[in-house]
Amino acid sequence: MTEALLEVHDLVVEFPTRKGTLTAVDGISFAVHRGEVLGIVGESGAGKSMTGSAIIGLIEPPGHIAGGTVHLAGERIDNLSLDAMRRVRGKKIGVVFQDPLTSLNPLYTIAEQLVETIRTHLPLSERAARDRAIGLLDEVGIPAAARRIDDYPHQFSGGMRQRVVIALALAAEPELVIADEPTTALDVSVQAQIIDVLKRLCAEHGAAVMLITHDMGVIAETADRVAVMYAGRIAEIGPVRDVVKDAKHPYTDGLMGSIPTLTHAEDRLTQIPGSMPRLTAIPPGCAFNPRCPKVFERCRTERPNPQPVSDRQVACWLYDGEAHP
Amino acid sequence: MTQALVNVENLGRAFDVSKPWLNRVLEREERKFLIAVDDVSFEINKGETFALVGESGSGKSTIAKLIVGLIPPTAGKISFDGTELRLDSGSQMRQMRSRFQMIFQDPFASLNPRWRVGDIIAEPMRAFGLAKDSASAAKRVDELLETVGLTAADAAKYPHEFSGGQRQRVAIARALSAKPEFIVCDEPTSALDVSVQAQILNLMRDLQDEFGLTYLFISHDLSVVRHMATRIGVLYLGRLVEIAEAKALFTHPQHPYTRMLLDAVPDLEMTGRDHKPIEGEIPNPIDPPSGCAFHPRCAFANDRCRAETPVLKPVETGEAACFAVEEGRI
Repeated sequence: MTEALLEVHDLVVEFPTRKGTLTAVDGISFAVHRGEVLGIVGESGAGKSMTGSAIIGLIEPPGHIAGGTVHLAGERIDNLSLDAMRRVRGKKIGVVFQDPLTSLNPLYTIAEQLVETIRTHLPLSERAARDRAIGLLDEVGIPAAARRIDDYPHQFSGGMRQRVVIALALAAEPELVIADEPTTALDVSVQAQIIDVLKRLCAEHGAAVMLITHDMGVIAETADRVAVMYAGRIAEIGPVRDVVKDAKHPYTDGLMGSIPTLTHAEDRLTQIPGSMPRLTAIPPGCAFNPRCPKVFERCRTERPNPQPVSDRQVACWLYDGEAHP
Repeated sequence: MTQALVNVENLGRAFDVSKPWLNRVLEREERKFLIAVDDVSFEINKGETFALVGESGSGKSTIAKLIVGLIPPTAGKISFDGTELRLDSGSQMRQMRSRFQMIFQDPFASLNPRWRVGDIIAEPMRAFGLAKDSASAAKRVDELLETVGLTAADAAKYPHEFSGGQRQRVAIARALSAKPEFIVCDEPTSALDVSVQAQILNLMRDLQDEFGLTYLFISHDLSVVRHMATRIGVLYLGRLVEIAEAKALFTHPQHPYTRMLLDAVPDLEMTGRDHKPIEGEIPNPIDPPSGCAFHPRCAFANDRCRAETPVLKPVETGEAACFAVEEGRI
């Protein structure tokens, strides 16, 4: 395996509130290697987007990183000043958000936004930056890029706008692209196109991708490895094929069973009782224990940490040889 | 074949999207119409789940609203159990309405935040005079809450005290309280997480078995539709392009659009497969392409497809509206 590009160690994100401190991300560790696509999957409130925001230093106050470290290419980036972080964002880490309409400024043309981004990070003349911008739009598959570059965002369709956002994210040749639900706002036929563009371009530009989504199908088709998050923690992380076909953690197992598939229709979907706990009421021990079909005594009191199980890491007492009855 | 409960014939709905009168006069522009639903015909048999799938702008939600009478059609007719729905006849609509109900997509918007859950569920009973007195209404509310997997104590709570999945259960209990035969479900699980979606889908199937309900199930998610439907209609830009038995649609899709959709859906079982690149996006419905609306994106299109509009013709698996299928070009 190649050298780790992004290393997240024991990351904790907290939100102080009137009713006490909420822990949105609770001590998670993972690495993204050069050239790989790491999927982060989970249901709403699992902390997946918060993890992405923490890495790029965009957590809304009063939320803050309360512990742990983030290293990008060996350099620590979680404690940088706002100014230094701005230079990392865009230059070293490109970001694609869910809603392409809110990531683009409606009052500027696509050309102005791309050229500004390129010139902020790269020493290019106006003319050269514009040529580069047209080249990027061409690469993401916008027809007649040289003509359309002077259009405003509202003149593009949803799928085309998301292509522009991908071009923006790649504008300064970042080493890592964080894509947070990049296709959730799009129709399936367009979603497939966007995933295709994202995957192909990141491979061509040598950028690693952190793909955050709630859609296990997208992960299964796109990612090399996947981390399954539950209540601010990583339940299971490993190669995507293994996790999909043979889930170890009871939550992952339930999640996979609850997804209807195209190939065969079961009479009933597997059902996980209840729903994810709110941040104010995370149970002691393993956060999944009240919903878990295989729960035993230790799960209710002690919190399991991810431990190696064959080729992956699973945070579950079932896989702790001594503890399981 | 069993008797059709709902019969939709040549249904059409156009929305006026013209500029104001003065602008039209000054700029010499014609009135403009957006045709959201165009010549759609299908029937739904008793006890089955008929699903409509399509991407945004395909007219699926408009059809849902037309069928329950929330908006009037501009063409065609809808019959329920042999009686044509007449929106201009208040007394007839009132009588018919208790027999069909609707479940909406967003359980955060479809429940009144200032009403207690018990009152929300009892309202259809009050509106249709189904409960003798408030005590029997309250008893029925308790039963309904338990039927959908909540508890009687929840009747006194407000919607904000519930999670998304629980709210959708409340919406289902409200739909059931009128004792309907037919429920229109417009994207009932699109706002929910997958594990909660599985709970709601299972519940809907259990209720169907228990009360012999007929569903019109509308969704953009093909795998959910695969799981729920008996028969499926595929919509593209306001027209039905294919109707087939659920299983056959997935194993032997006919229309090129159906084939493309099936290919585009990311699926758990398909890790690592190669996608065929899909061309283009859905055109603007105000200015749809000539002939078959799908022809600019279709690999099988020829001159006939660009000039004539295909209609549904019987095929082996059901019906499809495609000249290429008709002429055996695919």
